[in-house]
Amino acid sequence: MITSSLAFPGDLFAEFDELQRQLERVFAQRGSPNSSIRSVARGTFPPVNVGSTPEAVEIYAFAPGVDAASLDVSVDKGVLTISGERKTDVSESPSSEKRSVYAWERPYGAFRRVISLPEDADPSRVDARYRNGVLGIRIEKREASRPRRIEITDAR
Amino acid sequence: MSTSQDLANRPTASDDAPALIPLVDVVEDADGITLTADMPGAQKDTLAIDVNGDTLTIDATISLGESTGMQPLHAEVRAPRYRRSFTLSRELDLTHIDASLKDGVLNLRLPKLETARPRRIEVRAA
Repeated sequence: MITSSLAFPGDLFAEFDELQRQLERVFAQRGSPNSSIRSVARGTFPPVNVGSTPEAVEIYAFAPGVDAASLDVSVDKGVLTISGERKTDVSESPSSEKRSVYAWERPYGAFRRVISLPEDADPSRVDARYRNGVLGIRIEKREASRPRRIEITDAR
Repeated sequence: MSTSQDLANRPTASDDAPALIPLVDVVEDADGITLTADMPGAQKDTLAIDVNGDTLTIDATISLGESTGMQPLHAEVRAPRYRRSFTLSRELDLTHIDASLKDGVLNLRLPKLETARPRRIEVRAA
């Protein structure tokens, strides 16, 4: 059984998928030329993994280098919104006028991601914590939707 | 690289495992090079920074602390580690590399050798 979203069940195209992503990073290509107006481009910041246990839904947003106080997590009408801003820190370096930039791949600026939650997620019981650059959000499931064992009483 | 060398340097099983390429910023100033890498989920004790010859490799395992028995529903990060290599140049002082990891961002400072830093040449009056 797969117990980590990091080992998401690989389909036949998983490796191709990864190659494609790497190529897109190399060429900084955002989305295909003919994509839908609302499609989320690959490489959207922050990437998100979602998993489920019988008790809760767990969401992991990979948002490194963000001030935890600037992160905003809200749940409204079954939709989870994560927003925040990643500020550039290089302009503050003392010798900024004599710099040469060789790579500038890391995304900066304001970000926002919206994730629709499963029906059984309970918006009143949400726990969010920021650890090692990953925002982990745990949303408990409603009691009624949890698996239960039905006791069978002896009718004799 | 020749074929025989390829065989000799064949990666071990763990080197072969799928890895994400962390996104980086590389900036040079008069005193050295600063490399900043996004590695969310990396922890200090599972992060390895290796210098082998003129190659710098950063490698880290991603740990999320997911609940046991969790079933993935959707995943955009689909590998449990980061790995990326860089070729270094000769004027860098490889014995004084400074590294720090905070909030999933690795910051590497590679200073230049004293002899490689820019100097101002005094012009004497003839």
